[in-house]
Amino acid sequence: MKVSYFPGCTLNTTGKGYDTAVRASAAAVGLDLVELSEWNCCGATFPLIIDNMLELAAPAHILVSARAQGVGGSAPLLTTACTTCYNVLNRTNRFIREHLDERDRINSFIESDYSGEVEVKDILHLLRDDIGFDTVGQKVQMPLKGLKVAAYYGCMVLRPPAEVAYDDPDNPRSLDDLMASLGATPVDYPHKNECCGAYLAVKAPEVTREMAYTILRSAHSAGAEAVVTNCPLCQFNLDRRQREMTQLRAGFVPLPVYYFSQLMGLALGLDASGYGWERHYVDARPLLRTLGLWNG
Amino acid sequence: MPAAGFNRRVLIVGAGIAGIQAALDIANSGHEVVLVDRLPSVGGHMHQLSETFPTLDCSQCIMTPRTVEVGRHKNIKLYVYSEVEDIQGGIGSFRVQIRRKPAYVNWDVCTACGACTEACPQQIPVDFDRRLEIARATKSGQLRTIGTGKAIYTLSPQAVPKKPVIDVEHCTWFQKGKCRLCEKVCPVKAIDYEQQPAWFEEQVGAIILATGYELYPLEKLGEYGGGQVPDVIDALAMERLLSASGPMAGVMRRPSDGKVPKEVVWIQCAGSRDPELHMSYCSKICCMYSAKQAMLYKHKVHDGQAFVFYIDIRSAGKRYEEFVQRAMEDDRVLFIRGKVSKVFREGDKVLVWGVDTLTGLPVEVAADLVVISPAMIASEGTRQMAEMLGLEVDEFGWWTEYEGNLSPLETTREGIFLAGTGTGPKDIPEAVSQGSGAAGKVLSLFARWNGGGEGQPQPDGADTGSGGQP
Repeated sequence: MKVSYFPGCTLNTTGKGYDTAVRASAAAVGLDLVELSEWNCCGATFPLIIDNMLELAAPAHILVSARAQGVGGSAPLLTTACTTCYNVLNRTNRFIREHLDERDRINSFIESDYSGEVEVKDILHLLRDDIGFDTVGQKVQMPLKGLKVAAYYGCMVLRPPAEVAYDDPDNPRSLDDLMASLGATPVDYPHKNECCGAYLAVKAPEVTREMAYTILRSAHSAGAEAVVTNCPLCQFNLDRRQREMTQLRAGFVPLPVYYFSQLMGLALGLDASGYGWERHYVDARPLLRTLGLWNG
Repeated sequence: MPAAGFNRRVLIVGAGIAGIQAALDIANSGHEVVLVDRLPSVGGHMHQLSETFPTLDCSQCIMTPRTVEVGRHKNIKLYVYSEVEDIQGGIGSFRVQIRRKPAYVNWDVCTACGACTEACPQQIPVDFDRRLEIARATKSGQLRTIGTGKAIYTLSPQAVPKKPVIDVEHCTWFQKGKCRLCEKVCPVKAIDYEQQPAWFEEQVGAIILATGYELYPLEKLGEYGGGQVPDVIDALAMERLLSASGPMAGVMRRPSDGKVPKEVVWIQCAGSRDPELHMSYCSKICCMYSAKQAMLYKHKVHDGQAFVFYIDIRSAGKRYEEFVQRAMEDDRVLFIRGKVSKVFREGDKVLVWGVDTLTGLPVEVAADLVVISPAMIASEGTRQMAEMLGLEVDEFGWWTEYEGNLSPLETTREGIFLAGTGTGPKDIPEAVSQGSGAAGKVLSLFARWNGGGEGQPQPDGADTGSGGQP
């Protein structure tokens, strides 16, 4: 199936490897991602101030591009692999559908007549419901045998549940189930939906460090040897903050933090060399080598 | 309609404490009552409780005189383990179809000796004990987590009637075609694996619906472990653990390893007062029973620490506030004003993440046992009866009263009345008052049919004092 694809800024820069892996592994399971011919920043946060229409103009403009591209089923379908972009785009889309006056103001600003025709779906949601994890599993060339991995969801695809969640916000399963279909062993632990500290990474990195530490410790004590996520900001916080954790916490065991698409591409037998492995702070390759999943 | 043709018998649906009270008040006035309950014994949820607030009376002890009276009253026809299947007709002449489920025991010859229950090899989680499974040491010293009931059972030693029923789902004979131990040990040959359901028709003139409540399932509270953590239990399970006639004979143990819990956390408003995700209403009784449970826990475990997380303490009721103060001051129960955001298992502890809104600081408690106060919710029986009778329920499934302020016991149908927690959360005295109130409504109706009151024989609801129906 064909679907419009919005990479977003992170997947175009620091998360380039994630993006490469997403495109390749999506194509391998029959999900044809067509990048929007024209796109801009999504705004990076959904504004909570009700009269701040300007912040909605940027994501609305992306939705207009997706409508113009017209790729999808009965409605134009837009996907993204960045959970923040998904959160902003989906909520903006709903907001435009439900608020007629504000819709007019946004449209007059971006010179359009958009009324919410596009459907926004997170890529994991598409893989689960439109492709099917069973189908993904059937295409696996190299099962990720022995990889005990903690699926980490963060908040962007879960909260607020009524607006964005396609999974149980208190006990999400989709990423765990995807990992299982790739042959890995998902590890159940209670912090898969806790906050990673998000943007506090900029203002108060020590807060992010403590929050990330709680998540990693919980994953490790549940038996996980790695973490997998679908959120670039979570990946950054969980991975990069381990530098300080190693310095501050005696006995801290570093865990590699993968993007789901890196593991998916690997399991599907694709050329994984361009997946940005070298950009991880905690080297993501030794564990895979130990398990015989990596020859590079 | 001639008053003489009106039937002066009464159907009461639900034999919890409200239904029991209504049944006794009507029966003692000389009128016949048909009392129906889906459980094998009367008593409802009050039968499960350990002690009652604010007096700490033993719940089963204070209700036993009532249940016994219900069981042997010449004017009360008791249908336990039965359900109302259909009701036709109207005020003065309802025809009621009742289906009695097969107990697989001939109650006419059963002497309630208990040999069958003792012989039953099953150890299964049972509804009456909130499906608790508790780790106990076996003879070899190994821990084994087992349920607290048998596949042939009576609800409690004080059950009325005290006659056993077979749980077909868990009976080895019904499931696997072997065992029949209960049949072998029964001295009076009462076991009857071929027993069939029985149908009965009753004629009544008025109906009282005392269909009660249930608790919001822990499975719907994912933030509190979603029912997957053994040492996170709901408040009725805690009542069973605390109860001297409960599965642990009142000795405080926690389910996962049978150890004495030293740090216990109570969480209020779990699913209540939460319009975004769960129920918007206050469940009304949780503040009081949690104070009571924490107090009872402290009486059993002197070096234990009890924490209660609350939004507000709602202790409106006679001697209720004093009771809560006693829990705080005499029993040193620590009340923390704030909600709990997450409960999860870590090692052999249950971590509770909350906030103390008076200091503004996050709080983490490494608890041994967590007791959730889930929202009270409308019972399945209410939904079924509402459909059967064409009566209205609100968006949560509670009965809609004819008029909430001045006609809280009437429905929109003449001759059908409400009592107890079917209309919404209530404590015991309130449920009992409503039982008596509904009985009074019925008797007032009968008195007017007899020409003993003012005006023409009128169905109730039409003249509830001044003005009448709009």
